[in-house]
Amino acid sequence: MATRIHVQTTLNGEAAEFLCDSRQSLLEVLRDDLGFTGTKEGCSNGNCGACSLQIDGVLVDSCLVLAAEVDGKSVNTIEGLASPAQLHPLQQKFLEHAALQCGICTPGFIMAAKALLEKNPKPTEHEVRYWLAGNLCRCTGYDKIVRAVLDAAESMEASA
Amino acid sequence: MQTFDYVAAQTVDEAVSLLASKGDQARVLAGGTDLIVQLREGRRQLETVVDVKKIPEANVLSYDAQNGLHLGAAVACHRIYNDPVISKTYPGLMDAFTLIGGIQIQGRASVGGNLCNSSPAADSTPTLIAHRTMCVIAGPNGQRVVPVEQFCTAPGRNVLENGEFLLSLRVPAPPNNFGAHYLRFIPRNEMDIAVVGVGSSLMLGDDKSTVTDARIALGAVAPTPLVAVEAAAALVGKPISDDTIAAAASAAASIARPIDDMRGTVQQRIHLTGVLTRRTLQGALSRARGES
Repeated sequence: MATRIHVQTTLNGEAAEFLCDSRQSLLEVLRDDLGFTGTKEGCSNGNCGACSLQIDGVLVDSCLVLAAEVDGKSVNTIEGLASPAQLHPLQQKFLEHAALQCGICTPGFIMAAKALLEKNPKPTEHEVRYWLAGNLCRCTGYDKIVRAVLDAAESMEASA
Repeated sequence: MQTFDYVAAQTVDEAVSLLASKGDQARVLAGGTDLIVQLREGRRQLETVVDVKKIPEANVLSYDAQNGLHLGAAVACHRIYNDPVISKTYPGLMDAFTLIGGIQIQGRASVGGNLCNSSPAADSTPTLIAHRTMCVIAGPNGQRVVPVEQFCTAPGRNVLENGEFLLSLRVPAPPNNFGAHYLRFIPRNEMDIAVVGVGSSLMLGDDKSTVTDARIALGAVAPTPLVAVEAAAALVGKPISDDTIAAAASAAASIARPIDDMRGTVQQRIHLTGVLTRRTLQGALSRARGES
């Protein structure tokens, strides 16, 4: 049995610490040990993007990150997106455009879209589609998701 | 996933001594986009995973016109293409670094890891060869330097000996009138493995026509990436033209020795080698002339 590792991190802006096994992915620790089940497990091999989140602002698949690797880093998950008062514009627009059906892929899409809009606040449709190529959805056919992201970009720009 | 020890090495010496003592039972972790999948799927059994991302030399990313690009082997793709100077200086490298996996993979995957995984279809390797990249390898006897075209020895295998790991890559600064381009063929728009990939570079004389140097590297058409020596020789010393480019493309296709698999047939891959050689030479030419 390998030694358990003590990890100190910032989770959605708050200091957090946990013990993990070296073999545990960040996704596993978030969901099974810390109760942050908003991040979803899809393929667990880096193809589907359901487990997307940000580490130090960089979009990654959390199934391909060892939990031990986030020591000293800042992790942002879907749970950190809405404020107590209101949903994040991306969440709101996903609802308005019905950009989800079963919902398993949704947190990953929203986290990926958030990272896109931070880098490029006014993306073209082509840029949205290219950026979201690492996220798979088997329900919507993607079109509603792309429209929701474009609409969210517009409303965030208007309120900025 | 199987149990293993995770060690974040802080120095080159610490990583080398761990790797030397554990042999085949240890493996370097950079972005983990290959290694973690292999561990989870049981394709690789390890006692120790050595994370090298905290070693400063493996994390360096710097460029200057004298020394060129110094690229730590653990640096993730997104850091490279988000650097405005480096991405503008090496468009022929960015062609490959921006299409390895999706955005999430590029947030973690390193170019050094792509090379060490030593897949014949690795996207970054042909363009690294076209740029005359050198590999800096750290090991128990200090450091040694290997030209990137000699790094891969078979699918999944390379020149790294016990206790060694890839520390960084050195890419020369682009000389005047230099251009490079990488293209791959895949049957969809993105997120796929190359059926064929070709990286080409050209250097032109002051007349912006005579080819003074050329390098063409082929991916996914042999057990390792290939340098198309005769294809480059068909260009050097002559004014560039559709005819010399066609001769180079045909010479490149003639050395392809691909396999049939679910991604493509032998015949298709040989054909694609010629097509992509021609197109990458045209792309390299227009960059060498400053047209794009």
